[in-house]
Amino acid sequence: MSDPNAQPGSPDKEPASEDQAARTALGSTERAEAATTPGGPGPRPTLGRLFLENLWAANTFTVTLLSLVLAMIVGAILMIISDPEVLATYSYITARPSDAINASWTLVSEAYANLFKGSVFDPAANSFNSALSPISETLTYTAPLVFTGLSVALAFRGGLFNIGAQGQATMGVILAALAGFLLPLPPGLHLLVAVLAGAIGGAIWGFIPGILKARTGAHEVINTIMLNYIAVYFLTWLIVQNGVQDPNRTDAISRPVDASAQLPRLFGDGLRAHAGIILAVLATWAVAWLLNRSTLGFELRAVGANPDAARTAGMSVTRTYVLIMVFAGALAGFGGSQMVLGTTAAALTPLVVAQIGFDGILVALLGRVKPWGVALAALLFGALQAGGNRMQSYSGISLELVTVLQALIVIFIAAPALVKAIFQLRAARAARLQTSLAKGW
Amino acid sequence: MSTTAVPDVAVAPVDEGFWTRTRKVGLVLVGLGLLATVLFGALATGEQARFTLSEDAAGAALEVNGTVGAIVFGLIALAAGAAMLAGLPKRLFIPVLAVGLVAFVLSFLCWQVSAAPTGQNFMPLVNIVRGTFLLALPLIFGSLAGVLCERSGVVNVAIEGQLLMGAFSGALFGSISGSVWVGLLAAAVGGSFISLLLAVFSIRYLVDQVVMGIVLNLLAVGITGFLYERLMQTDAARYNSAPRFSNWEIPLLSDIPVLGPALFRGNIFLYLALLLVLVIHIALFRTRWGLRTRSVGEHPTAADTLGVRVLGLRYRNVIMAGAVAGIGGASYTLALFSFTKNMIGGKGFIALAALIFGRWSPTGALLAALFFGFADQLATYLGAINSVIPGQFLAMLPYLATILAVAGLVGRVRAPAADGKPYIKG
Repeated sequence: MSDPNAQPGSPDKEPASEDQAARTALGSTERAEAATTPGGPGPRPTLGRLFLENLWAANTFTVTLLSLVLAMIVGAILMIISDPEVLATYSYITARPSDAINASWTLVSEAYANLFKGSVFDPAANSFNSALSPISETLTYTAPLVFTGLSVALAFRGGLFNIGAQGQATMGVILAALAGFLLPLPPGLHLLVAVLAGAIGGAIWGFIPGILKARTGAHEVINTIMLNYIAVYFLTWLIVQNGVQDPNRTDAISRPVDASAQLPRLFGDGLRAHAGIILAVLATWAVAWLLNRSTLGFELRAVGANPDAARTAGMSVTRTYVLIMVFAGALAGFGGSQMVLGTTAAALTPLVVAQIGFDGILVALLGRVKPWGVALAALLFGALQAGGNRMQSYSGISLELVTVLQALIVIFIAAPALVKAIFQLRAARAARLQTSLAKGW
Repeated sequence: MSTTAVPDVAVAPVDEGFWTRTRKVGLVLVGLGLLATVLFGALATGEQARFTLSEDAAGAALEVNGTVGAIVFGLIALAAGAAMLAGLPKRLFIPVLAVGLVAFVLSFLCWQVSAAPTGQNFMPLVNIVRGTFLLALPLIFGSLAGVLCERSGVVNVAIEGQLLMGAFSGALFGSISGSVWVGLLAAAVGGSFISLLLAVFSIRYLVDQVVMGIVLNLLAVGITGFLYERLMQTDAARYNSAPRFSNWEIPLLSDIPVLGPALFRGNIFLYLALLLVLVIHIALFRTRWGLRTRSVGEHPTAADTLGVRVLGLRYRNVIMAGAVAGIGGASYTLALFSFTKNMIGGKGFIALAALIFGRWSPTGALLAALFFGFADQLATYLGAINSVIPGQFLAMLPYLATILAVAGLVGRVRAPAADGKPYIKG
């Protein structure tokens, strides 16, 4: 796979420019190719020409965009084959092809239009609030995904595959909620404590696979998968305990978090966007700084690239592995805490964290395991989910289609060679992919 | 700091000094035995704990006084642990460990059954055994799929997706055609579809296999969930009412007490699962295909040098694995329930755990799957008798056991050497 493999591959070669960064993301071999391409003297091509050439070359942006297109095409096919009425028009397609084409076009275009209207802008909006509403929804869904995406990406850069963001977010949401309704604290401080409790919950859940990996070599993929489920069972047990369960309810739901521990809303009470998105931007900046500017970040990337070499160079691999997982866990815990402290829900339920941990994996891959890339990828996924809600209620297209789209986008991203072949992209750079992270159990 | 002698990453604990692995395990077992003797013994009541050889309270039963049973079995576990501490020949390690653990579980059961509400002081063994196998079925198929994949060097995290796709397409095509056999075939094809994607992307496009597995799980959840809402929910009679396999009774064998009714009056999936374990075990360790598969999983370069078509074999095995897992998914929809969204609900990951816990061997996977199935069944039983032990903690057991196993606390597990590494010729 291009991204995670290429990324931890060269800690000392942090791409200097955006262009280089894009190329690194597509596979380290292409760097070599680019370097060996005869450059030197000769007339420099104009900027416009370069742009056009690069547009159809297999660079990060093009591949991402085309993956999105491919995913939407597959999504459209799924919509058509699952609609009996539209499908019926295909039975006489040779007689009147216009029927089938029109029916399909109406179905698909309406669904995708609703996807857009629900996430970006609805032209029919007649007030400031309703015009801002899609963006607000998108940001609400984006915020936790940024955190879980960063969690997975950070671990990736250190050579660890953190599948446990889901479990870490679950522990985060548990501790954040407990702090949110058990501790009687003044506003402000209460919020701070609740958010930190979430981070600590995630950090503990990240520490376990980290220390096991460091001490016994137990593979973090296996352990994080197992810990995900342990966290879920712990949550379902905890919810129905005395003092946690909502006393007025018989079903599995906890007491709601106090208002003093809720994240403030950004655009007034009518819109759901909350301060979590600001924290997300700050976290992205912090992770970017940590990775690229700090000693720890350097050690982390060095260990990710080659643990043996890092050890020889005097770095403590044990300590780094544990720290990576603690940081990754804390980030996921932050993300989880927003599921009760934000506007999504105020109480614990068995499904309170939804899929944010698993989606975080997709977000990290889509963002090419770079902090700002992750933030953008989370924005895209947040938009898909916000739009998916509208698509479900207006077009009757199940929200599950969004899951399909997300998975497909990442599958195509992961295999740029496939996208390249489908669209006949210029064979230029996406040469063979390195698989340095593929190390199995 | 590189001068310090302490290795930074311990590869695996080496047996050295007094505290060998046997002694460490023995110490743990002594602790469990003490816990059982003291705590379970104290909490157990003087009621008779009855283990009936039937599906209800009636009929022949093994009976023991709750307190006595809890203490006696606890002492047996203690003794087994003590024997290990005293230094036990290596060949006796597994049998003594087994005795100790079984005694611990029995002590626990004596406490639980005797402390159950009056009138419920019995444990119907037929139900327990049958439930164990029933709950273990998808795990057996799933972990066998894992064995096929991972023995040939492809990590299969997509078991969940394969099971789900199998369950879905079994239900869909079984309903449309009205035939269980068409459903079964469709389930195998559905599972293979997911694993074909896994194979193509991980072998041809060299995508990281764990990444691909995770993404494929989400894809399977999405596609089946989407089509479920669009087709099955709107017209359940047409799309989600698959015919079901009836139970086949095997003459003679079905008359064996306890095991007979539980094991030999099952449906085709039960027999198929046991048969597959046997077939895959023999094929893997006794045939040319098996030798090649294992060599491709351990050292593909060497296998290639000797003329084995590494990639071809991997494709074939991964796709076969998908078919096996797909059939496992159909063991739900073509025998028990109609399809619901995300109905596999993590069983695929327990199957993965069973595969690892069973050390990548078919028989090990079977035993691990049965153990996990038993834990699951026990959780249901304890829930029914209002036990103080929350079912959620028993449900955690498979996952905890796997973590302990991979951490090297309970023996050592080792994956095939080339598992997860794509093979690039040249």
